[in-house]
Amino acid sequence: MVENRPWLTVLQHFVLLCGVALVLFPLWIAFVASTHEGRALVAGVIPLLPGDQMVENYRTILTAGMQGAGGASVGTMLLNSLIMALSIAVGKIAISLLSAFAVVYFRFPFRMLCFWIIFSTLMLPVEVRILPTFEVVANLGMLNSYAGLSIPLIASATATFLFRQFFLTVPDELAEAARMDGAGPFRFFKDILVPLSRTNIAAIFVIMFIYGWNQYLWPLLVTTDESFYTIVMGIQRMVTVADSYPRWHHAMATAVMALLPPTLVVLIMQRLFVKGLVETEK
Amino acid sequence: MHKKVTFGGFAFPLVLLLPQLAITFVFFLWPAAQALYQSVLRQDAFGLRTTFVGLDNFARLLNDPSYLASFKVTLVFSTSVTLTGLAVALLLACMADRVIKGSGAYKTLLIIPYAVAPAVAGVLWYFLFNPSIGILAYLVRGLGYNWNHQISGTDAMILVVIASVWKQISYNFLFFLAGLQAIPKSLIEAAAIDGAGPWKRFTSIIFPLLSPTTFFLLVVNVVYAFFETFGVIHATTSGGPGQATTILVYKVFTDGFVALNLGSSAAQSVILMLIVVLLTAVQFRYIERRVQY
Repeated sequence: MVENRPWLTVLQHFVLLCGVALVLFPLWIAFVASTHEGRALVAGVIPLLPGDQMVENYRTILTAGMQGAGGASVGTMLLNSLIMALSIAVGKIAISLLSAFAVVYFRFPFRMLCFWIIFSTLMLPVEVRILPTFEVVANLGMLNSYAGLSIPLIASATATFLFRQFFLTVPDELAEAARMDGAGPFRFFKDILVPLSRTNIAAIFVIMFIYGWNQYLWPLLVTTDESFYTIVMGIQRMVTVADSYPRWHHAMATAVMALLPPTLVVLIMQRLFVKGLVETEK
Repeated sequence: MHKKVTFGGFAFPLVLLLPQLAITFVFFLWPAAQALYQSVLRQDAFGLRTTFVGLDNFARLLNDPSYLASFKVTLVFSTSVTLTGLAVALLLACMADRVIKGSGAYKTLLIIPYAVAPAVAGVLWYFLFNPSIGILAYLVRGLGYNWNHQISGTDAMILVVIASVWKQISYNFLFFLAGLQAIPKSLIEAAAIDGAGPWKRFTSIIFPLLSPTTFFLLVVNVVYAFFETFGVIHATTSGGPGQATTILVYKVFTDGFVALNLGSSAAQSVILMLIVVLLTAVQFRYIERRVQY
């Protein structure tokens, strides 16, 4: 602190508390709504304190099929989201490590061309080329499959870039020593480079897990079979059912289930996540 | 940029690159090329005949009032999301940077929205502003304004802006905080000794030194508002009422998948790609400049 201004300190805490309230308020209301009976929510104003139906509501959505979501239970949708998020995170880390290793540690013809091809994906978010990408996936017979949900989202260059930046900071002496001891490139990669990148791998994992979990448009397009619905897209169906009244207590319980896993990942791995986020974008 | 120590071999690195190159070709470059190709074609109403129409799809778009309206909606939406999001996050970051007690707790709580999917964020705010049962709609009505985002386009726009900003606050906050913490404390102290108060220090030292971060976030937020907010809009207003919240990405989706107007949707995709390339180019130009000084 540069100088002591008591009123300024009070103001700071006040502003920060307002910010925290702004952030937490929707989450709190969603939680509260998920613990009441359906009737309590449609009768006038929503209560501000939790009710006593929490166990009941969550058990219903987790096990029973939800009409609004097209029949799949929230348990199934959570599992699908988990598979999708994990495939995207693991797949992306695997192919990015390999290609970053190739680009940094080898000299071969068309190296820069490969680099720019990978780089170009940064400029083509899925939302921009939805229709043709959908056609490709449909022609490959990958609709309604976990492969169709995850593989098209794996190849963006962000992770490749982070690993490339990191590999460039690894001292040359390590590669030299490995070569002198007779280790081939793969040995060097497996025994030295990957263990050194542990922190970066973990940070990328957090970011990619959240990215995969929160996908919306893509699962909406490639899944028509309810057993492949993910939770984030399932909740929309629950809320905007046109002909029946949205069952808000179940919809909000689903929302809480949809946001809980990524929130826990962020909170538990906060330090890694912040580091990863700020460094990927540099 | 380049390593001095490298391994030999030609086939091995290509094998390493193969998975990523294959996925990039199949799911990125080929569809992008397809979009370019389809943007100069037009199918008849039954999808039986496809004819080459040159740039006619683009010409039609630029003369189409609903497309131009969507452009305007996108501009209003992305400007509001970007400016509001940056202002709120900057305020919070400045406060969190100065606070000594409890800054860790504030930071932890403020990053939560990052984990929430845009669609879920949209649903949460949709529930709060629900005209019949939402608590915020009730409060607003108490203030004498009859909130109904299912009828009023302005209300719908405010709803999606709030939900989008809420989701993006964490990201902006983290980057502003990192930027603020990189400013040398000695500069601030020197200014304080010279008698500059907190506001003066902010306007003449902190904010100018923060400009690289601000500029970076500006571009990122515009990209976010253009593309990643699809979930917010689709899950809540579905582009309505009327066309009040139909942003460009949403229109590509409805024209392509609902109206099955392939040529027009492809032409819109191409225009969006140009916008992304432009934004990325601006960002990179700027980053290079920063590296030089």
